[in-house]
Amino acid sequence: MSVTRTGPLPTGEASEYDVVVVGAGVVGSAIARALARYPLRIALMEAANDVGDGTSKANTAILHTGFDAAPGTLEARLVREGHRLLGAYAREAGIPVEPLGALLVAWDEEQRATLPRLAEKAERNGHRTTRLLGATELAAREPHLGPGALGALEVPGESVICPWTTTLAYATQAVRSGVDLHLNCRVEKVRPGDPYHRLVTRRGVLRTRLLVNACGLHADAFDALVGREDFTVTPRRGQLLVFDKFARDLVRHILLPVPGALGKGVLISPTVYGNVMLGPTAEDLDDKTATGTTAEGLAGLREQGGRILPALLDEEVTAVYAGLRAATGQEDYRIAAHPALRYVTVGGIRSTGLTASLAIAEHVLGLLADCGLDPGPARPLAPVRMPNLGEAFPRPYRDAELIARDPEFGTIVCHCERVTRGEIRAALVSTIPPGGLDGLRRRTRARGGRCQGHHCGAEVRALFEEGPREGRSAGRYGKGAP
Amino acid sequence: MTRAVRGGGAVTRAVDVLVVGAGPAGLSAAARLAAAGAGRVEVLEREATAGGVPRHCARPGFGADALGRALTGPAYARRAVREALRAGAAVRTGVSATGWAGPLTLEVTAPTGLERIRAGAVVLATGARERPRSARLVPGTRPAGVLTTGELQRTVARFGPRTEHIGRRAVVVGGDPVARGAVRTLRAAGVDVAAVVTGLPSPAVAFAGVPVLVGAVVTELLGRGRLSGIAVRGGDGRTSVLRCDTVVFTGDWIPDHELVRAHGLPLHPGTRGPVTDQGFRTAEPGVFAVGNLLRGVEPALVAAAEGRAVARAVLERLAGGPWPASGVPVAATAPLRWVTPGLLGPEAATSLLVRPERRLVRPVLTVTQDGAPLRRERLGGTLVPWRSVRLGARWTSGVDLAGGPVTVSAEE
Ligand SMILES: Cc1cc2nc3c(=O)[nH]c(=O)nc-3n(C[C@H](O)[C@H](O)[C@H](O)COP(=O)(O)OP(=O)(O)OC[C@H]3O[C@@H](n4cnc5c(N)ncnc54)[C@H](O)[C@@H]3O)c2cc1C
Ligand SMILES: Cc1cc2nc3c(=O)[nH]c(=O)nc-3n(C[C@H](O)[C@H](O)[C@H](O)COP(=O)(O)OP(=O)(O)OC[C@H]3O[C@@H](n4cnc5c(N)ncnc54)[C@H](O)[C@@H]3O)c2cc1C
Repeated sequence: MSVTRTGPLPTGEASEYDVVVVGAGVVGSAIARALARYPLRIALMEAANDVGDGTSKANTAILHTGFDAAPGTLEARLVREGHRLLGAYAREAGIPVEPLGALLVAWDEEQRATLPRLAEKAERNGHRTTRLLGATELAAREPHLGPGALGALEVPGESVICPWTTTLAYATQAVRSGVDLHLNCRVEKVRPGDPYHRLVTRRGVLRTRLLVNACGLHADAFDALVGREDFTVTPRRGQLLVFDKFARDLVRHILLPVPGALGKGVLISPTVYGNVMLGPTAEDLDDKTATGTTAEGLAGLREQGGRILPALLDEEVTAVYAGLRAATGQEDYRIAAHPALRYVTVGGIRSTGLTASLAIAEHVLGLLADCGLDPGPARPLAPVRMPNLGEAFPRPYRDAELIARDPEFGTIVCHCERVTRGEIRAALVSTIPPGGLDGLRRRTRARGGRCQGHHCGAEVRALFEEGPREGRSAGRYGKGAP
Repeated sequence: MTRAVRGGGAVTRAVDVLVVGAGPAGLSAAARLAAAGAGRVEVLEREATAGGVPRHCARPGFGADALGRALTGPAYARRAVREALRAGAAVRTGVSATGWAGPLTLEVTAPTGLERIRAGAVVLATGARERPRSARLVPGTRPAGVLTTGELQRTVARFGPRTEHIGRRAVVVGGDPVARGAVRTLRAAGVDVAAVVTGLPSPAVAFAGVPVLVGAVVTELLGRGRLSGIAVRGGDGRTSVLRCDTVVFTGDWIPDHELVRAHGLPLHPGTRGPVTDQGFRTAEPGVFAVGNLLRGVEPALVAAAEGRAVARAVLERLAGGPWPASGVPVAATAPLRWVTPGLLGPEAATSLLVRPERRLVRPVLTVTQDGAPLRRERLGGTLVPWRSVRLGARWTSGVDLAGGPVTVSAEE
């Protein structure tokens, strides 16, 4: 097990792997973790300097039930299974999840007429607990909704989750169970061969018997490296606004739009960090790097959000961002085994990949077997217990026992998010330490609050630059800390 | 939302006065109250050092010492801390008030553990912050190199005036004295200041040698990883790109009102600070608010004066005096942005602090109650949006404390 960020890649025997997974988003990390159960040599290669730095860091963070998936598709099955698997895993690994349930709110007659059909579709997807609410009950459940809400379909089980901790938990567990993680390591060429494919990067060459493409938006480009042209990924941008925590009391459920003739509409959802999120837009683009927000996009979101929850607009915005969905022109994932190439493509993981990640990983294990992988006997993974970033669970600054053991957990550095020096130091010595301040934010929430570093930016940076301190172990954080 | 406390729980303590925030306002309140014999006066400061914002302003502009020598921000801050300590107040640093456990009881996190501190009176003096890029809804990418003046100043205070911790070429957004402070700080650190971008029709202050784009807005941040430039729409409607690796958003203050809101106290719509009367009383009996928390940045001397002035009402409260049921609401109408205090309570006539939305040359100001003008006067000078003007006590002398809302309006 090791994590590399710089320097030459291993050579000789150390550069030979049984399986290499390319792309350390939530999907690739889940696959690496699933493989780590077996006595295999596994590497996870990532172009960015951190795990989860692509689409996996910028989504709406909902653990979907799959009630509205297209029945019979692979996506529908993997989302349903993934919801169950990730729900259980989150409890075990300490990933914050809040099962708030969703309400699909109808704002006109056409939308209201659609609700029973959505309930039937949910039933075909195996979800029998949906329920129709009238205007009065809806108003009682969500008292801050704007005027004109006619009714809603309630979908129990829809939950919010921390996407950053999820990817990091998978990758951490994979590394601790023996996987090599190579960051800053874009695979630029593939030289297919037998028994080894050669993967060429600027840091050297790795060899692998089997290869998994989990390159997200770039899955088509990676396919091209091995001579396959099965689909094209079109990035579909989703812009989002995150509102300050004072907005949290305005909304109790995940408020989903009713899909209709006028497009998908926007959702309003609490986050596990105690904020409220508004978005996303849906814009088809050509540029796979276009993760910027636009004036029109943000204005449109505010206009729609203001109709759903008028008081939301009085609150400050703490973040604006955009993510790119990997659309391929097919209402399903594009997961395929290519046994002749000993190669599996995991592409087109559109807007449900966070939810489905664990089920995708199990599915891919099966496909790797079809490609000739004999994994051998499974053994338990090294345990992980992630630092809690969720407001619904105890945080270190409120943990008297932890502070008594280490006063660093009683020293708040990032005041808006209440992040303590102890948490920052623990992140710096964790299995996969952050590569920069953004990575530190995703591990601790430091600098992620309403002041965006006005108060704490310099101090957080100083701690980061000081780096890990000798004699400090994450063990103080508790058993199984990453 | 109540937050779980795990293991052992919190130590419960009682003090006479708890001041939250050791900036100029909180420290002067503590000094005055301790000197007046208010009992145990404790100041909580979440930073490692007490003194508030002036600690980071390493230049004169903070009044003078006893010998008439100009004070720098850090010297001013040290003096304020010294005076509070000398008067007998306890100043605790590295200690954060994180919420309420009761109407006058604060939840506190300190390296020594969790506490619940119950007080006879609580004085909130938590200051203000500048709106960052996100709150200003500036679109674009999310690169490094996007700062506020606060972060810039603290970065210089923490790492020294060195370009490697800031950048090489910066643009400053804003046109008031805080923007000028940012320009000076950048230049002193060896950073080239490419331009000042201001929405104002003309800049408030001179920016020696730096081009100023007036009537302009930042429409997009560019660059991946590190900022590479900003798109600016000028007064003529044309958009151009300014190359820079750093952008500093200045001004646009919002009170740090978290504890106010966590308590459910009403906010003043114009300032986003808590509504108080002229005794600095909030809607909760025993809870007071002073300083920049009330309305964003005023000079340190104004904040400190409020700290001293709150002492009278706090002492009354500690002596068992009644809490006024309510007062007469005061509001500003355009082109005035806000007026404080937001309520007129039982005290005699009081002065008002007024902030215009835009430049007003020799405006006529009118104070009206229930539709009837109480006072109407032409002001001699020019009002500007980055400075408040104080209207003396005579402006409110006719207010009927049993009457309806008071309005302050202006015409040019
Ligand atoms: C706006 C929006 C909202 C969403 N909301 C939800 C939601 O609420 N719930 C949900 O379940 N899902 C949601 N999703 C979907 C979810 O985010 C994605 O399905 C998921 O993150 C995809 O993960 P991934 O690992 O496939 O891709 P990515 O996270 O993009 O990871 C791919 C990785 O591969 C790397 N890579 C690419 N090429 C190479 C190469 N040649 N060499 C090395 N590395 C390479 C990239 O750097 C990247 O890190 C949403 C998506 C968007 C955009
Ligand atoms: C860039 C800049 C330049 C300036 N230049 C000048 C100048 O030249 N001359 C001048 O007179 N004035 C100047 N000022 C204004 C002056 O600094 C402020 O008006 C003054 O500091 C306000 O005092 P305050 O006590 O209200 O707030 P602050 O000084 O902001 O103090 C508030 C304190 O409360 C603490 N706090 C907040 N919340 C909590 C909590 N929950 N628990 C514990 N502690 C908490 C904060 O850490 C902070 O120390 C300048 C301001 C800025 C930003």
